[in-house]
Amino acid sequence: MSTIESALLDMGGLDILAAQNTPIHRRDPRAKVLTALAFIVTVVSFSKYDLSGLLPLFLYPVVLVALGNLPPRYLLGKLLLASPFALIIGVFNPLLDRTILLRIGPVGLSGGWISFVSILLRFLLTVSAALILISTTGFNAVCLALTRLKVPHVLTVQLMLLYRYIFVLAEEASRMVRAWSLRAVKSRRMSPKVFSSLVGQLLLRAVDRAQRIHMAMLSRGFDGEIRLIRPLRFGMADALFVLAWTAFFVLARACNLPQLLGQAVLGITR
Amino acid sequence: MTHHIVEVQDLNYTYPGGVHALQGVSFRIVHGESVGVVGANGAGKSTLLRHLNGYLMPVQGSVRIGDCLVAKPTLRDVRRAVGMVFQDPDDQLFMPTVYEDVAFGPLNLGLPAAEVEARVMQALDTVGAAHLRDRPPHRLSGGEKRAVAIATVLSMAPDLLVLDEPTSNLDPKARRQFIELLRTFRHTKIIATHDLDMILDLCERTIVLHGGRVTADGPTLQIFNDPELLMRSHLEKPLRMQACPVCGKPT
Amino acid sequence: MHMADALISPAVGGAMWAATGALTAYSAKKLKAELDERKVPLMGVLGAFIFSAQMINFSIPGTGSSGHIGGGMILAILLGPYAAFLTIASVVAVQALFFADGGLLALGCNIFNMGFFPCFIAYPLIYKKIVGDRPTQGRILLGSTLSAVLGLQMGAFSVVLETVFSRVSELPFATFVLLMQPIHLAIGFVEGLITSAVVGFVWKARPEILELAADAKPIGNLSVKKVLVGLGMATALTAGLLSWFASTHPDGLEWSMFKTSGKEELKAPERGVHAAAESLQQTTAILPDYDFKKPAKPSEPETPAEPENKTDGAAPVVSAGASVAGLVGAAITLVLVGLLGVALRMRRASN
Ligand SMILES: Nc1ncnc2c1ncn2[C@@H]1O[C@H](COP(=O)(O)OP(=O)(O)OP(=O)(O)O)[C@@H](O)[C@H]1O
Ligand SMILES: [Mg+2]
Repeated sequence: MSTIESALLDMGGLDILAAQNTPIHRRDPRAKVLTALAFIVTVVSFSKYDLSGLLPLFLYPVVLVALGNLPPRYLLGKLLLASPFALIIGVFNPLLDRTILLRIGPVGLSGGWISFVSILLRFLLTVSAALILISTTGFNAVCLALTRLKVPHVLTVQLMLLYRYIFVLAEEASRMVRAWSLRAVKSRRMSPKVFSSLVGQLLLRAVDRAQRIHMAMLSRGFDGEIRLIRPLRFGMADALFVLAWTAFFVLARACNLPQLLGQAVLGITR
Repeated sequence: MTHHIVEVQDLNYTYPGGVHALQGVSFRIVHGESVGVVGANGAGKSTLLRHLNGYLMPVQGSVRIGDCLVAKPTLRDVRRAVGMVFQDPDDQLFMPTVYEDVAFGPLNLGLPAAEVEARVMQALDTVGAAHLRDRPPHRLSGGEKRAVAIATVLSMAPDLLVLDEPTSNLDPKARRQFIELLRTFRHTKIIATHDLDMILDLCERTIVLHGGRVTADGPTLQIFNDPELLMRSHLEKPLRMQACPVCGKPT
Repeated sequence: MHMADALISPAVGGAMWAATGALTAYSAKKLKAELDERKVPLMGVLGAFIFSAQMINFSIPGTGSSGHIGGGMILAILLGPYAAFLTIASVVAVQALFFADGGLLALGCNIFNMGFFPCFIAYPLIYKKIVGDRPTQGRILLGSTLSAVLGLQMGAFSVVLETVFSRVSELPFATFVLLMQPIHLAIGFVEGLITSAVVGFVWKARPEILELAADAKPIGNLSVKKVLVGLGMATALTAGLLSWFASTHPDGLEWSMFKTSGKEELKAPERGVHAAAESLQQTTAILPDYDFKKPAKPSEPETPAEPENKTDGAAPVVSAGASVAGLVGAAITLVLVGLLGVALRMRRASN
């Protein structure tokens, strides 16, 4: 089934990007997780009518994409496919908020349009930050960072097991769906009834697999605790990475840089 | 210290569903032996192996590994002594990277970090997979997965290797490499399989199971040359011992 | 119904992160006390299972459209509340990271909306009460359908609240509720029927699997109450702290006053805070002589349009100088950022 396979390819693609060796990839995963969080909080803390203030923040994704050697077009494609919920809800703003806030010649721009564009910008910034985090760090390293940042162990272990077995189970699922579609002559789409029994079957297999994994764990001395060793080293460069970006975010948040820039340029030419 | 490393006595096991999977199985295995366990589907091979590391507890009869009787209090020692390799390496390789998977066992043993590192690298070297150390298991080929699965067990330094259908899903070349790898191990080995040719290569002794009972136990060649026994147990002579299909001459 | 970063305010996002964090820690602790290490691999594999099942589409009868399941109730029924909550959390997190569903700040909201209601409300208070320890096909049908419908209704309502409290979207509460609840009633109904079919299938084929979850000590009413109280406190505290922070912060204040004053310039700004805001802007202004000072009104809106598009049009709210400077600056910023990106790339490529 194409959706399953393409989803797997997608995850695999990000994984391969994460396996590169660039100055960004070399940063400690904790540094990147913390910076991404600071970035997102900064972005959403802007007022909803602020457009120009958000623009300098594009520096973060642009620099990381460039230095991290990530393919911009691929990431953009993923962005566009990403959940449209924000846009569906945002599109109401122009209809509901018609107060004219800005007049450019004869054209008046309503608050609704401005906040809608702001939602779009936020969406681009926050979602690209998440994608960039994964594709410069890798899922497992993010999990490891979370463990070190005191996220409960059970949860990070869950994340790693989940990620490990997505590939195995999704493949199983796609085999089952393919077997069904070869036999389903009449209908291209699965009825809820067929779906339920297919998913039930998949579930039974999943439970059996979990049991076998448990057996494999036990036979290697598993006692309920999964121990992780992967040395992480938070060096000067990592500290600098976090500090420099955070300082930039604070600066961009505290003063409207494009405004200042425009003033300076106009002032000089005036 | 007994000379026997495995001693199974009158082992019976009935699954919750009521299937009598094992009915009075007994045998002994001494240090350094390689023993094949063969039998039709559902003969009870996997059930038998699951008793060897205490995943299943004997309902009746007993299993002894070295000096330990398999029971709740000895489980830790038993599991340390018995290295189990499962049929589907995807079940065995559950950690994010090969390195972490091989380190899983030693870490559970509570070894210091340096010792863990040494054991992991040694185990990976033994199976020729050191270059795979940072790869995620789902990106390995079937043969590589199998090799790494063995390494996960070797890093525990077991006295006994127990393998359930280790060559299923391998292509001929990977299978051959895998057999050669197993041949280099000096461990005591118990191998349950339908691949009788592999048994012929690796095991001087074979135990035949049928319907949860031992129907034969003896030198491999002798068993494979007993057509009546093989037929009773729903088995066939290994291909290599059959007449050549083209010219009809025995190979 | 993934909540998105773009729609939430830091206060709401932070509060929901706090609530989710508290629930995660609580579930982790409970799970540890359960001491059932079988669940460690089971949770991981079932998470992967839900993930795969979500990718299979089925047709929704009578509508011509197709859908996919959420699966929260299935997990709650199979794993019990604590393990299921952690599993749902990990599924939602993977979706956020790999498929950009929602985003990282909204992750707290999403885990809460999709995990809390099925695991800690619908499962113990509806499913358990109906199905009890002796399941029958009929009870499973009723229990799963009801709990899936209600779980989804609560989740959808929570999305509405989070959006409305964030005030990024203009959708008024009533409209949004009328939009979300009926849609999710339909979705919940389909989800419920499928949940009951899948659970029924498992129960028939391997009843012992369902007992695994039942083994988990049922959460009594007391425990549920404790969870709710603790959660309420954590959420309120964080929300309070964050909104206090936001309101002492100039733009945050402007923004909230802006909403209440109906998008008009405030005639009489509250002294203290506003003076502080003004002085902050003074100190950050490099060229205070130009028409730069923000008037006492919400942050000025600009568009990143080309500078030549605008002329000397005087906007009622934003002074011409400010908007021109803003537009020019925006354009320059974009060009600079873009150039920097290209330059860095080229430098990399040449290495
Ligand atoms: N988990 C289980 N629950 C109930 N019955 C089981 C279970 N596992 C195996 N059995 C039954 O026990 C018997 C022995 O099964 P076992 O898996 O040991 O056979 P096997 O020799 O390994 O077969 P195969 O060659 O197919 O792997 C079979 O009849 C099987 O149906
Ligand atoms: Mg078997």
